[in-house]
Amino acid sequence: MDWKQLWDITTAPDNVPIVILGILTPFYLWYGFREAVRNDRLITQLEADPALAKTHHRRHQPYHPAWDKTVHVWPYLLRIEFLAALIVTAALIVWAVYFDAPLEEPSNPTLTMNPAKAPWYFLGLQEMLVYFDPWIAGVMLPNVIVVGLMAIPYMDTSPLGNGYYTWKQRKFALSGFMFGYLVLWLALAFVGTFIRGPGWMWFWPGETWDAHRVVHEVNVHLHEIVGLTDPVQIGIFGGVVTLGFMAVAGGVTDTLLRKYKPELFRKMNLVQYLHLVGFLVCMSALPVKMFLKLALGIKYVWVTPWFNV
Amino acid sequence: MAAKNEPDTPGLGDVLEKVKEAGPQHVKWLQNPFETQLWRSIFRHKLDETPRNRSLAVLSNVFLHLHPAKINRDAVRYTFTWGMGGITFYLFLILTFTGVALMFYYHPDKANAFRDILAIKNDVPFGNLLRNLHRWAAHSMIITVWMHQMRVFMTGSYKPPREFNWNIGVILLLITMLLSFTGYLLPDDQLGFWAVTVGTNMARATPLIGHEGPFGPQIGATPFNDIRFAMLGGSIVDANALLRAYIWHCVGLPLIGGTFMIVHFWRIRKDGSISGPAPVMLASEVPTAKGRR
Ligand code: HEM
Repeated sequence: MDWKQLWDITTAPDNVPIVILGILTPFYLWYGFREAVRNDRLITQLEADPALAKTHHRRHQPYHPAWDKTVHVWPYLLRIEFLAALIVTAALIVWAVYFDAPLEEPSNPTLTMNPAKAPWYFLGLQEMLVYFDPWIAGVMLPNVIVVGLMAIPYMDTSPLGNGYYTWKQRKFALSGFMFGYLVLWLALAFVGTFIRGPGWMWFWPGETWDAHRVVHEVNVHLHEIVGLTDPVQIGIFGGVVTLGFMAVAGGVTDTLLRKYKPELFRKMNLVQYLHLVGFLVCMSALPVKMFLKLALGIKYVWVTPWFNV
Repeated sequence: MAAKNEPDTPGLGDVLEKVKEAGPQHVKWLQNPFETQLWRSIFRHKLDETPRNRSLAVLSNVFLHLHPAKINRDAVRYTFTWGMGGITFYLFLILTFTGVALMFYYHPDKANAFRDILAIKNDVPFGNLLRNLHRWAAHSMIITVWMHQMRVFMTGSYKPPREFNWNIGVILLLITMLLSFTGYLLPDDQLGFWAVTVGTNMARATPLIGHEGPFGPQIGATPFNDIRFAMLGGSIVDANALLRAYIWHCVGLPLIGGTFMIVHFWRIRKDGSISGPAPVMLASEVPTAKGRR
């Protein structure tokens, strides 16, 4: 166990933010879900008692019938903003006094950094490069992520849970988002920061970074396992497998959705529904490819003269 | 007092008169500065704690009037917004402020960039603190913008009528990350150089418009005409890339980002202030008729 190695990574000034993020995220998840649990309790109570639902105050916040519904921004909001600004400023100054922004040697195109890491907030993407070629990991996936995020409000047709925390009413939406954000984005960024060492090789936390470590990575392509050699056959085979995966994954997603979320299916129009299935399939492609690569050592599924998948 | 009724030049007596008046006058001003012409020219309302003044304090101020005069009493609860959007904006202001200060000491060319950073670190008074503040505020802004987005998702605040503001938010997310990324290159050190090299190398692989991307070479993309060339102003990360990063970082992205932030805030108000904490809605209450709004 190389504690120094672990300590060096954790306290590298440019990694401090992701350590902070690693503390804040669980905290705010708990903070948000605590509200969700309280609201869910209220929802259960009101659902069980329709008479109460007609008269009951619909929020779990402290409430008094005599209170005004609104408050003045000055001072009730502005004092909070001012306080927040003070706290943020103070915290930043402390941080800036104790940690110096890094400055390496002057840039030198002939001297490659090993590992050459992007800043932590892009390490999720850089980690995806292990599993996909750059045209997918660096170009297609970021675009799918952005478009997918933008499409969320147009695909989520449920009017429930608008403006309050709830788990009960939005299980599917929340799990989908949290899987994408926490697992596919944040966890990969953590892997990129804490696990990947020289040569982008896998070093467990506390394992010494050995720049001379040699691994015999047995990378095979799927068509080699099958035993194809003819380029045309390889191309067609890969295409069938890849598109076949998309089709099957789409079919499975569709079946599951209709089985377990029939009301969701009924409410959506065809365009919404196909996009939802499409984005879910794209999202599933990453863990599937990760499994192929990490567990089976398969690098490419589809090899063509123009691109590889 | 001589010549009091005559319309000629005020004499010494008049001057003394003024001096005598000045004492009590100053006392009056100091006792009640809020009644002076100077104060009234700046603030167009009184300070007493009346509802009218509280509203005017917000409405008659160009910066504060992004806020409405009154808001939902629950909307100020920390448990709902976590203040993350506001903190993100505040960090953006800090970054603008410290960034402009840094610009005084920085030349975006290969001969000077690295040395300027060394000078900021070692010679400029409070330069190191300034640079550190800028750096950590930038990282913090990424953290808070992610948290803000997570909160907005968890409260379902992207649902109608706020779909469009969620989209503006996604653009802001992108701009925030691009701002950080372009800034990374500016010190012209190994860290930034290789991060940006790795980052922009991916652009080579863009389908069609990258020279290593699917079908790129087939339609004539080369290292000298593809998308990466356009980003870097060359085929390698060099002087032009530094200048481009600088201009995007200091001018282009802040202007675009600032504009979108204004739209973001405007839309929050137009969409009926923030979404909650709203009264819970029961599944049995969902209107059954198709279509909405
Ligand atoms: C530079 C980045 C951003 C800034 C400065 C910013 C600022 C703000 C502020 C001050 C609010 C008021 C409520 C609050 O503080 O939570 C807000 C609300 C909102 N933001 Fe952002 N935001 C940014 C990025 C984003 C992103 C990335 C998203 C989502 C993709 C987003 C979506 C929204 C939505 C939908 C609301 C309305 C929330 C509600 O009604 O409850 N914003 N934003």
